[in-house]
Amino acid sequence: MSPRLRWRKFVSGFMLTMTGVCALVAVSVLFFILGYLVYHGGTSISWSFFTKLPKPVGESGGGMANAIVGSAKMLLVASLLGVPIGFLGAIYLAEFSGSKVAFVVRYAADLLNGVPSIVIGIFAYGLVVLPFKHFSTLAGGFALGLMMIPITLRSTEDFLLAVPRALREAAMALGASKWKTIATVIVPAAYRGILTAVLLAFARVAGETAPLLFTALGNRFWSPGWNQPTASLPVAIFNYAVSPYEDWHRQAWAAGLVLLGLILVINIVARAVLARGIAVPRA
Amino acid sequence: MAATTTVPSASPITGSRSFLRKLREGDEIARLITFLFAVSTVLVTLLLIIELWRDSALARHKFGLQFFFTRVWDPIAEQFGALPFIYGTLVTATVSLVIAVPLGIGAAIFLAELAPARLSDSLEFFIDLLAAVPSVIYGLLGVFIVVPLMRDYAQPGLKKTLGFLPLFSGPAYGVGFLTAGIVLAIMVIPYIISVSREVLMSVPRDQREAALSLGATRWESTWKVVVPFARTGITGSIFLALARALGETMAVTMVIGNTPTISASLFSPGYSIAAVIANEFTEATGDLYLSALIELGLVLFLLTFLLNGLARLLIVITSQRGAGMANA
Amino acid sequence: MRRITGAIVVTLALSMVAAVLVHAALSINGAGATFPYPVYSKWFDEYQKKNSQVQINYQSIGSGGGIKQVTEGTVDFGASDGPMNDEQLKAFQDKHGFGILHFPTVMGAVVPTYNVPGVTSALNFTPDALAGIFLGRITKWNDPAIAGPNKGVNLPAADIVVVHRSDGSGTTYCWTDYLSKVSDEWKTKVGKGTSVNWPVGLGGKGNEGVTGQIKNAPNSIGYVELIYAVSNNIPYGSVKNSSGSFIKADLASVSAAAAAVAKTMPDDFRVSITNPPGETAYPIATFTWLLIPERFSDSAKRDAIKGFVNWMLVDGQNYAEQLSYAKLPNEVIAKEKKALGKIQ
Repeated sequence: MSPRLRWRKFVSGFMLTMTGVCALVAVSVLFFILGYLVYHGGTSISWSFFTKLPKPVGESGGGMANAIVGSAKMLLVASLLGVPIGFLGAIYLAEFSGSKVAFVVRYAADLLNGVPSIVIGIFAYGLVVLPFKHFSTLAGGFALGLMMIPITLRSTEDFLLAVPRALREAAMALGASKWKTIATVIVPAAYRGILTAVLLAFARVAGETAPLLFTALGNRFWSPGWNQPTASLPVAIFNYAVSPYEDWHRQAWAAGLVLLGLILVINIVARAVLARGIAVPRA
Repeated sequence: MAATTTVPSASPITGSRSFLRKLREGDEIARLITFLFAVSTVLVTLLLIIELWRDSALARHKFGLQFFFTRVWDPIAEQFGALPFIYGTLVTATVSLVIAVPLGIGAAIFLAELAPARLSDSLEFFIDLLAAVPSVIYGLLGVFIVVPLMRDYAQPGLKKTLGFLPLFSGPAYGVGFLTAGIVLAIMVIPYIISVSREVLMSVPRDQREAALSLGATRWESTWKVVVPFARTGITGSIFLALARALGETMAVTMVIGNTPTISASLFSPGYSIAAVIANEFTEATGDLYLSALIELGLVLFLLTFLLNGLARLLIVITSQRGAGMANA
Repeated sequence: MRRITGAIVVTLALSMVAAVLVHAALSINGAGATFPYPVYSKWFDEYQKKNSQVQINYQSIGSGGGIKQVTEGTVDFGASDGPMNDEQLKAFQDKHGFGILHFPTVMGAVVPTYNVPGVTSALNFTPDALAGIFLGRITKWNDPAIAGPNKGVNLPAADIVVVHRSDGSGTTYCWTDYLSKVSDEWKTKVGKGTSVNWPVGLGGKGNEGVTGQIKNAPNSIGYVELIYAVSNNIPYGSVKNSSGSFIKADLASVSAAAAAVAKTMPDDFRVSITNPPGETAYPIATFTWLLIPERFSDSAKRDAIKGFVNWMLVDGQNYAEQLSYAKLPNEVIAKEKKALGKIQ
């Protein structure tokens, strides 16, 4: 073997090992994050974390019950906005539209998807908070819903288009109208993909903080109804993490664990649902 | 016998026409409803752009192009310049790419070329999970882990070894451009890895095989043939990562120091566009102040819009090229 | 699968209805200064315990935020330790057609707090030293301007890390108001306000953020409200007052600072008590105000807020001292009770 070849072989082995190291580094970051959160958050999680309201500044023993409920309420509003628009809009794109309209809608969705979340916050503040003169759960949910729309729309469209032509043609041959085909054949066939899309969109906005800063503001108590400011997990983590109080730091870790745990579980469930494939009846 | 016989309306032809009409109307309703929902996406996006444009008008007219070159951000004197924030945004994004691109492409090469399919898929699964971690959690880890590490070990270490460079001069605060860049790097690596992996995997087999058959080592075939082939798509992934880094708010504001400074040193605290909006929006008394912040938001929006568009274009070009050549 | 989805939808619908019905409490929202947040959060918590039908949600987003949001009408009242200036008052009047009133709640001190390894005692700061540090002219801890009044303290030759507020802050207003009075250089270069163009330093969000930064960064110095330094066990310094004595901030010295204005308090309660005359007065003290609109369309809210202010002026004052805020002078309390009548 010539020395040159030996060198090239060495370089090859070395560089390829380095790529393995890169992959290892990337993946270990995830495990490090999880591990640290479980360790610090796990030691701080207690029953009072889930059930108590925040205590006045400097006093220990408060919890984040209102932040958890506030986040849940806002996510509900967000889903009510984002899922119908995304789902029905995708049906239009996949089944009814011509190519020009489809292009414009897809382009708008991609644009909306790329808007930085803080800018969405600015928009929601001007559109919902100012006219109603209230920071509110609705405003926060609206901002989050806006972010859900493009994800749900594009993914659902992809899954609808992936349903085999044979199914559509069979339904039409049996005399079903278009909307009946969609409702009874295509959507059930793409059901798993659509569910995945919704779950992933949900997980994505569950962790968003920036758009909530000027829409939901915050609340030390339970937020009554839907038109009052509300606490939320991500904003609570932010405020507590930059504060000087040890007790608040512990609560921030606990909240981080809960939030990340929720998001990761939804992601894993979504992927598991998808892995079982499109519900096509066996030929 | 009567002259006319009324043809019953339930004859085969007219009967099916009214049945079809009912069907069609149902379809029409469905089409209309879904159209409305689809077009609402367009409407809301348009509304967003219009509002950004309108609400930033005051600042745009007052400062014009000078807005982008003024360093001063003085709410009392009502002098607003975007330069420190643009600088901070670009510097932190650059630092993050310098770290994330080599690591990301390296990992993508490993996953696409070397790892057996099951390992590649399961590692990709974990990396996708990393992409799902919200910004505020990275901020949390940044504040409690990265900042102390930087302040107590990394920055003094860099100062001792490379302190002669203006890049690593100045006091070690722990927070600053470098710390923000590192946290951003962790956040954007998953994007680079997953997109690059996909484009690398779409490079047709014969490219590799041709190189290997000509006597190239595994690494040479990868680095000199496959990667250049997927170059456009990989560049696209970098643009995507850059777009994410530019728009990041929470993690950055927790570790960057929140001071509108322009400094050659990476240890210096700074500010980014997203961070200043997050900190000052609720309290911008005065219409010009608010308008200046919204103009910053508009700038950010345009930047990310351009980058995302370019990124998508590049990724599409690569996959089409790969598919085209495979069919050739 | 369908049945489960249906069950979930029904449960969610029911809980939505419940959420609207169950919470019939009157909800009042306020936002503003972080300076008095410890005592405000205590007050609103206690008040809610005594009046369960009224829930006053106060968010500490900084005085600038308080002024802005109450002017926009997105919150029912604001709070600030930098009084609204004439321009801001006019803006509110123009927007709503009626005015907004200032109600002092407590007095507090803004203290120079620092984290210098090895130094646990209270350092003495001259006005010149403070101005120099925050202007960036004095960069090392062992500079003669700092070391001079602190003979016997071992100050390191380390770079000073300055920490200031990144958000619009009444605490900043008080600090810069003081510096503008004692340093012409500061007055011309930077000026006073809730948000200024800082020559040097890191930004922290809220009094909480600044305290957090100082705790974590060695050789740092910043300015925070007294209770933040006390409850986090960080040392804070004494400041030389107009009579030449180095005074440490505490209840007595803050009350002394307000003594001069107690009898001559203007009707709108907007007054500055920095660098006051008085042997024992602490030079960087301030009132903090609730910003309450003159008119409320919702009479329930108006009565609830007036009820709270009345409670605050009597019972509430008893909570102030244990949190290191000084009680209002009696003359001011009497004047405020009368002024409450202006709210309709």
